[in-house]
Amino acid sequence: MSAGAEPAARAEGSGMLGELAHWAFLTVVPILAALVVTGLILLAVGVDPIRYYSYIVQRGLLSPSGVQQTLTRMAPLLFIAAGLIVAFRAGLWNLGGDGQFLLGAVVAAALGPALIGVLPGWLTLLACALAAMAVAMVWSLLPALLRAYQGVNEIITTLMMSFLGVSLANVLVKLVFLDPGTTVPQTRTLPVEDRLPRLWDTTITSGLIFGLVTIVLVHLMMTRTGFGLKLRMVGANPRAAIHAGLNMPLLTIVVFALSSGLIGIAGAIDIVGIQGNVRADWNPAYGLAVIPMVFLARMNGFAAIGFVFLLAMLWIGGESAARRIGVPHTFTLVLVGVVLIMLAVAEWIDHRIRQRRRV
Amino acid sequence: MNTIAATARIDAQATQPLIELRGVTKRFPGVVANDSVDLAIMPGEVHVLLGENGAGKSTMVSMLSGLVQPDEGQILLDGRAVRIASPRHALELGIGTVFQHMMLVPTLTVAQNLLLGAPWWQRPRTAALAERTREIAGRLGLSVNLDARVADLSLGQQQQVEILRALLRDSRLLILDESTSMLTPQGIEELGALMRRLVAQGIAIVFITHKLNEAADFGDRISVLRLGRKVGEILPDRLRALSRDDLVAEIVRLMFDRGTDESAQSFRRAAPLPSAAPLLTVSGLSVPATDDNPGLDAVSFEVRPGEVFGIAGIDGNGQKELAEALSGQRRAAGRIALGGEALEGLGVGDRRRRGLRYLTDDRLGEGTVGAFPVATNYVVKEIGRPPLWWAGIERRAEIERHADDLTDRYDVRTPSIRTPVGRLSGGNIQKVLIAREMVEGARAVVFNKPTYGLDLANTLATRARIREVADRGLAVVLISTDLEELLSMCDRIAVIARGRIVGTVDNTPGASGRIGRMMLGVAE
Repeated sequence: MSAGAEPAARAEGSGMLGELAHWAFLTVVPILAALVVTGLILLAVGVDPIRYYSYIVQRGLLSPSGVQQTLTRMAPLLFIAAGLIVAFRAGLWNLGGDGQFLLGAVVAAALGPALIGVLPGWLTLLACALAAMAVAMVWSLLPALLRAYQGVNEIITTLMMSFLGVSLANVLVKLVFLDPGTTVPQTRTLPVEDRLPRLWDTTITSGLIFGLVTIVLVHLMMTRTGFGLKLRMVGANPRAAIHAGLNMPLLTIVVFALSSGLIGIAGAIDIVGIQGNVRADWNPAYGLAVIPMVFLARMNGFAAIGFVFLLAMLWIGGESAARRIGVPHTFTLVLVGVVLIMLAVAEWIDHRIRQRRRV
Repeated sequence: MNTIAATARIDAQATQPLIELRGVTKRFPGVVANDSVDLAIMPGEVHVLLGENGAGKSTMVSMLSGLVQPDEGQILLDGRAVRIASPRHALELGIGTVFQHMMLVPTLTVAQNLLLGAPWWQRPRTAALAERTREIAGRLGLSVNLDARVADLSLGQQQQVEILRALLRDSRLLILDESTSMLTPQGIEELGALMRRLVAQGIAIVFITHKLNEAADFGDRISVLRLGRKVGEILPDRLRALSRDDLVAEIVRLMFDRGTDESAQSFRRAAPLPSAAPLLTVSGLSVPATDDNPGLDAVSFEVRPGEVFGIAGIDGNGQKELAEALSGQRRAAGRIALGGEALEGLGVGDRRRRGLRYLTDDRLGEGTVGAFPVATNYVVKEIGRPPLWWAGIERRAEIERHADDLTDRYDVRTPSIRTPVGRLSGGNIQKVLIAREMVEGARAVVFNKPTYGLDLANTLATRARIREVADRGLAVVLISTDLEELLSMCDRIAVIARGRIVGTVDNTPGASGRIGRMMLGVAE
């Protein structure tokens, strides 16, 4: 890493180019370092890392079916990223994404097949999304109230609520919304023709479009509206926000509602667009995997689209590699985790360099 | 302790100071905190340091306790030059410091606190500690319960524990830094008696206080600091001989008399203030006291349009609470009226829109968002409101025009209005804040320590700006710990102490002495 530190040392003060180099140091270098470290881990377990990485790129990006799967996978991830951007920019660490996502998914999975005979298709899908949003919002209410009025650290409370939410979702699948027609415990399946339409002649879900529109809207809200500025002010300097007379408890609750609501919709999109049902013990852990991407993107909506694409590609490629090369698909999470650690290391080095230059 | 060393020490007592500062200078960016100060601290004496906020007392304590090193001059211990490299080194040299704010771990017992800092590989020597504590406490008449939890002790008892800790390490010099500021009158009496017993044992004490009575009651020798210089010393013989009234007169003169000070340019009004109905009326404003601040106790005053009303006092006597209670940032009982309209039920934003503005003293901590551009910092108290926002969507061109206008009018030196405000100098950040608070509709302004930490040019510019604000007919409340500033600007000055207004005087030629007396806690 010390070799990588040099470009950043020269970067500052040389304008646009310098800023670009600085950004590259804090973004590209950690990713490359993570690829090297995970490559070493692969070597240690007897897998050729070059073969593994090239297979992932091949399957996740270069093959026609792979790239369609990747783009489809992006749909829920984009909603989650949008939800995390709202919270993180306001300085609130909503780490309860997995519980909020799964509860949203289960509610959508229960509601979709039940309503589809009664309501028109589009209204059913809308109802699923709204119900998922509402449930996720309710699930974040306790951490939000504790944070707003008692100052209880939301990192702990949202994580705890996430465990409870994942368990509750499972219980609902096994006991309440069980499909009597199958032997495996799962909810009733929404027929393929009733799900979100696919784009043209591909297998890509139209949920991708909704996700892209949502994250761009969230980005514009955070950067161009008074409301977004208030949230950023709370995140950047809470004492200044109090000094300026912002209603901190109210803003805190609204941020939690928006963040968890978007993540709940992600659950609905995944079900009514892609999965069709929820199987018992299903937990893709999207929420935790998206967090590093949002950090890499510096909470910028447009950059987050790119990093979510990268994550989806790794994921799809990793699932194929699991079948072909025998590396479990959860190895993708190892890679993501190492990226996060490298990111922290790069930030730390950057901080040290700035400090030393100031002295 | 062998007898030869003990005898040698007693011999030295008469002739030689325990610690001596010779021509010590300490500079910080933009300020000379200590300017070639000479000070001799004798064993067996309570040496009182008096001075306003910013006179250089804290810097001197920091140097003696090893937190900072002098830039010039020497510190002599027993006649030999030493470099006190760190707080640990200071302790090894026998210099113990009891700071204004308690340095004990509240969740641990007294014994555990006293054993902190022992080598980690040894078992705590509880028995030895109990033995020595009994010996020292018996000698000094201290009552210390080693098994009590620190959180359960009163502040006075905690202070005794801190003093005991210093004595357990064989301290020969004990520095008490504003130790009485948080104590009850009874606690102060006890501490004073303890100090007398300590010096009777040959220990030297440096006692820093803002209260003249404490200095006279407990001190053997008084040194007065002002603007980093030692401006006077009252020797033990003289201190005993002076009557209380003469002593007060002398110290007030040393601390506050302006004489001919070139930097003290006057910003007083040219013509007498026309009589008018009060614009800002505050009555019975109260904030409950807590452990570390005195709150407010029924503060009442009136400010007329065009008047500059000063609030003088030692830092930490409720000034911040007063400012925040006025601005709406802090909940308070009592009434606040602006031009006859009651404001007490309103929040920060509504009070601001009705014309009550607050310029905070914490420019970086709460006044600005350092990472945001200058242009945004001009408008953070107006977020989402027309005309700079349209239906909640920001009008970037309008905001930038607004910023250009203010930058121009208030002479803010910034590379660009898009520069993060945190990169500007203190003086320019202050200009940004003044510009923000003065935008249209201001009727009464609370300035809290507006020149604190600014260089001379920016200080004078800020004072001129405040004068201009008052001359436009606004009511100005000027909170400051700098008495000269208040004397050079105000029409009337109130003194706040322990959250109460202890007196209000017209700013006439004799005012400085009267205010000085009130600040020092000497009844009028």
